[in-house]
Order: sequence, then structure tokens, then C-alpha cells
Amino acid sequence: MTLVPIIKRDYIVNLAKQGKRIDGRKFDQYRNIEIETNIIKKAEGSARVKLGNTQVLAGIKMDVGEPYPDSPDSGVMTTAAELIPLASPDFESGPPQQDAIELARVVDRGVRESQVIELDKLCIEPGEKVWIVFIDIHILDYDGNLFDAASIATLAALSTTQVPATRFELGEDYPLPIKEPPISCTSIKIDDFVMLDPILDEEEIADARLTVATDNNGDLRAMQKGLNGSFTREEIQKVIKTSLDNGQEIRKHLYKNLGK
Amino acid sequence: MKTEDVKLIDAKGIRLDGRKIDELRPIKIESGVLHRADGSCYLEWGGNKVFAAVYGPREAIPRHTQNPLRAIVNAKYNMAAFSVEDRKRPGPDRRSREISKVISEALEKVILTEQFPRSMIDVAIEVLDAEAGTRCAGLTAAGVALADAGIPMIDIPVGCAAGKIGGKVVLDLGKEEDNFGDADVPLGISPRTGEIILLQMDGHLTFDEFNTALDYAIEGCNKVSKLQKEALLRKYDTIKEGK
Amino acid sequence: MPTDKRTLVIPGQILGDTRSHRAGSGTFIAEGKILSQLVGILNIHGNSIHVVPIKGKYNPIEGDFVIGIVEEAMSSSWLVDINAPSPALLHQNEVPWNVDFGDTERYLNKGDTIMAKVLSVDDIKKLQITLNDRNLYKIKGGFITEVEPTRVPRIIGKKGSMMAVVKKYIRCRIFVGQNGRIWIDGDTDDIEKVRSVIQIIEDESLSFGLTDRIETLLKKDAKDVHV
Repeated sequence: MTLVPIIKRDYIVNLAKQGKRIDGRKFDQYRNIEIETNIIKKAEGSARVKLGNTQVLAGIKMDVGEPYPDSPDSGVMTTAAELIPLASPDFESGPPQQDAIELARVVDRGVRESQVIELDKLCIEPGEKVWIVFIDIHILDYDGNLFDAASIATLAALSTTQVPATRFELGEDYPLPIKEPPISCTSIKIDDFVMLDPILDEEEIADARLTVATDNNGDLRAMQKGLNGSFTREEIQKVIKTSLDNGQEIRKHLYKNLGK
Repeated sequence: MKTEDVKLIDAKGIRLDGRKIDELRPIKIESGVLHRADGSCYLEWGGNKVFAAVYGPREAIPRHTQNPLRAIVNAKYNMAAFSVEDRKRPGPDRRSREISKVISEALEKVILTEQFPRSMIDVAIEVLDAEAGTRCAGLTAAGVALADAGIPMIDIPVGCAAGKIGGKVVLDLGKEEDNFGDADVPLGISPRTGEIILLQMDGHLTFDEFNTALDYAIEGCNKVSKLQKEALLRKYDTIKEGK
Repeated sequence: MPTDKRTLVIPGQILGDTRSHRAGSGTFIAEGKILSQLVGILNIHGNSIHVVPIKGKYNPIEGDFVIGIVEEAMSSSWLVDINAPSPALLHQNEVPWNVDFGDTERYLNKGDTIMAKVLSVDDIKKLQITLNDRNLYKIKGGFITEVEPTRVPRIIGKKGSMMAVVKKYIRCRIFVGQNGRIWIDGDTDDIEKVRSVIQIIEDESLSFGLTDRIETLLKKDAKDVHV
């Protein structure tokens, strides 16, 4: 882990007491988001998301395989994340560590539990052959808040995915059937201050973290609390409110980029 | 598909993708593209898309790997799961470990490692979209990223492959040429001196064919080397003007 | 104001001949020629050729003043990160306190920030630092910002001119470590102002007439505030 000087933490807290953040944003202000889709030719769908200086690439590959015995007429999805040494001096190559697994599972939950991918439409022969959707997340540049960057990249990549039916001699390619996705917003807490979309300087000294995924109706679709600090009930409600407001903005931005 | 089914090169010496025998695929190089890394490069070479990032020199860990006289160079070549036709399992495999090793050794030849005893220089190479020739693309991107990181070097290393398709020696194999060709010779050089720092070969070549392939690959390296230098100078030209 | 163009050079580029010139810093010799080992600015001084790096790790030199962050307190010394390729050793004899063996943590701990001087750099680049000099101590308060170590001379300015300009218009204390770490102390508003000015200097450090431009900027800012 990178060594964080104590005076840096003190200074960030001092700024927070005056309602300020180290990069000049408001507590509930998101960084600028840039989305680029269909950049990987070999992938069935792909998107690169820049969240400030954080950069994440999500790629979707599809294959034909067997369904799970308990859902014989439903497609299969899996999500993996790699914290590759390109993105940070603290990331190492090799099998995924805890952090990468948590990241992949949180993104996976956001997609799976809200049935963003209509898996029931991905059956080819019940009990025999179904489509398998592989979501792979690559972190290219790490400046905080991988959860949101990875989730936005995944949703953008899924939205551009073409089912490669031709390659498997199953008819014409067609767009992956997907439903309106929930949007994740992550906040962190330092001392008594709660801040949205942390940069690395803030994330490094965070006591607690909360990710909230909300849908277009303003309902909650997934949550994940992290780190060894805690939130009060009031703080949680405030985080949810902030996530709802920002989630709507991000959704609009995402749709605009996808040309919807 | 069998080799005979595919006509990789026609009677006039024009290849599947319209290139001449000694023509490179289109190449685009950008330096200093990542915020966190000490130095970085993004490279597109035909259908290949590659990032390279440099971290260090920093203290070599674990400590028993330290060399009291010089820095160790750790290149890590990795392919994204979605970079190939059939999804690849994430993480290092035997192929990527081997490529990491030969690239690390090639880089050690040009880096002035004795200036940094007991330390390590990490070079991460990520292939995001793969279409033949990724190790040469990776070495080329690594060279730019190292220069961008301010690592002292005697030269900027560069890579380019030559090979044989349909009985003819050609420069820079493309996708089908790599799959159905007769031989592939990836080469890395120090372009100033022409010293060979990476060389592999697979397939079948006569001694004369090999020498022709080598000539082509060296010529290719020299062309790519120019693009590397332009990318580095372009980056700092914009800084000079005060963006 | 100098108007001549700065010449950018890259590793392996031939800069001159050993018969007419001496190979200075950032260069090496091969077959009688002087070549660059870095991406940098060509600097010909008398008959020696140097290359001034644009980016790169801090290269410690004896006598440099640096800002360090304590990595580990050991029984009779501390390991300190000074932004160099390897950490520096601070021995208990090199601090202004009487430290008993095994009692180092009482004085300096992991995450503490210190101003220090590079005491020695040996053949294999093992580093020692000291706090036994004027104005060296443990830093409390303020903020540490980091810049490319290669830009430090530009941030200080000729004979300290750039920092003098900054201090003239903004109430603050600034200590620029040779290792690219800068300590700024004052009101948070003033610290934030200094941070943004340092960012501009770093971004534009290769351009000409920068000190004057910074002064104009600060003067304008000061007016806006007081009017």
C-alpha cells in the first residue's frame, strides 16, 4: 500500500471542515464522465470510461455453452475484474485478489439482480445450449472510485453488444437484449464528512465506503458497504438521496453517449 | 481451414489486406497517456491495441531479488480476456510468462540499469485487442513508455516481425498470415546500432529466406522507430507551448 | 527575455563529438560520440554537453534538502521514503533528540513527515539522511504537494525568484524539497492558491518568461480580492 502522510489526512479533514475538497469539488459533486464505446474489435461489445483520471475498460465476449441445471432455459453471465499492474504501482499481476473479486461481484450484482441482461431470451435449446455472456473489466488508470467506473463501463459495453450468432451459425447477429440498468454511485466517509465519487487521495484515507445502485423509478437495486468504518442511519439516507440525484444525471449522460 | 484454402498473397505480391510484401500495417503511437504511471504509451498497430506503463525505479521487493549492482527489469505482458476471438482466461499463462521474460531481457540491454542498484523497474504491457504481432507491439510500446518515464537508456528499443506466406517472405504478418503462414520471425532491435535484442522464430525457412526476413524486419523496426521518436517529441512540444 | 528555442532530445540521439566536447550529465559516450540517455532539453555549457531531464525519479545528492515520509521505525533508526529509487536511513545519532535503543517510535512514527538533509549516498546508492542541521524538523500542519523532481529548479526559480514572487502575493510558508515534495503552510485558502500556482508552473515549466507571467497572474488575483 502507498504510504499516506499523516499531514495529508489532516489537511483533507481541515478542508472538509470548511466544506471543501482537495480537488475543488463539492461533497455531492461527481467528476466529469467520458464514455467511448465499441473500441475493441475482437469483443462483442466494449466501452472505455474515464471518470476524472480513472480509466476503466469493459469488454464483453459471448460463447455458446450449457445452462445451469436449475435454470435450463436461461443464458449464463459471469463477471471478472483484473486490477492489472498498468493501473497502479500497488497492483500486481496474477490471480485476482480480494479487492478485484469484490469489485467484480458488486458489478455483477448490479447487472444480475436487476436482470439488465434478459437471460431468458438467451436460450438456444432448453437444457442443452444457451448463450454465455462474459463481462471482463480492466482497470487502466487508477485515481479512485473503481466501483462506479467499472459499473458504468459494463453497462455501456453491454448496451453496444451484438450477439455473434453468425459466428456460431445460429442466424444473423442481433443486439443483446437488455433492460434499463440501475446506476451505481459510491460515497466515502472521512471523519464525519461524506463525499461522493472519491479520488484516490480521498479513498486512501476513507474510513467507510457505500455504493448504492438506483433505478429509473428511484428505487434501490443494490448496495455494498466497505471498509472498517461505519455510517449512521442518517448518513445512509443522505448517501441514498445523493445517489438517486446523481444516478439520474449519469443515466442521462450514458443514454446520450449511446445515442438513445 | 487448411493452408491451401487461403490465398494469402497473389501473383503480383499483393496480400489479403492489400499490402505490398514490405509494407507495414498502419501504426499510431501516443506517449504519456496514463495519469498514475511514471511513464506510459498507447499504441495501435493494425488491429492491435496495446498500453504500456512504467513504474520505478523503486526498491526491489522481495528484497532477496535485489541486485547490489543494478536495477532489475520486470516486464509483465498480459492479454485481456476479450482481446482474442475465443475468450481467454484472465491472468498470466505460460505463453504470457515467456513473452514477459524475453521482453524483460530485451529491455535490460538498453536501460542503464547500473544507475539504480537494488531497485526494480516495472513495465506493464496490456494487450486489449490482439491481431498478430503483439509481442513486437508490446516491446515498441514499452520503449516509448520507458523514455516517457525518464528512464536512462542507450537507445529506444523497437520491435517488428517478418515472416513467410504463400512461399514469399513478407514484412509484419497480419491476422490470417499469422494463422496460415509458413513462418514468423519476431525481432527486437536497438535501432541506433542495429543490435538484436529479441529474436524468435517458428515455422520453416531456408537460410536465405531467414536473412531476407531479417532484412525486412530490421527495415520495419527502423520505420517504427521513427514513429516512436515523433510520438515522444510531439508530447513535449505541446508542453512547451503551455497548454 | 531569451527567445531561442529549447532543443528536445531523446535517448540514443547523437549530440556531439568527444574530440570537441565533454560528455556531461544525462549523456553517455559510444564510439567517440556523445549521446543522450534521456528525453530532455539539450544544454551546451562551454564545451560540455548536458541533457536536462523532463521527467524521472529523484536522484539524491549529498547536501540536498528533502521532505521525507517515515515508512518504518526500527530499533535504532528509521526508514524514510524520500521519493528516491530506494528508502533512506535516518540513524538515531542523526536526530536532535536523545533516543534510547528501541524507543524510536516515541519521536517519529510511520506516516510522519520530516524536512531532512541527504547525509550520504554510497556506491550502491544506499542513502542516509540527517536532521542535524539548521531548520530541520518534523513537520506539523500544512500540506505536502508533489511535483516532478525534474521541475524543482523551475519552481524555485533563478536564485529563488519564483518562490519569492509567490510569497510576495500569498501569505504562506513554503519549503521546496529537492525531491519534488513541497510543504505549504498557512490558511487553507492560501494553501489552495499556492497549490494552483505550483500546478501552473509545473505544467508550463518548459516555456519562457514564466516568472513574469506568474507575477501578472498573482497581481491580478490580489487586485480582484482587494477591490
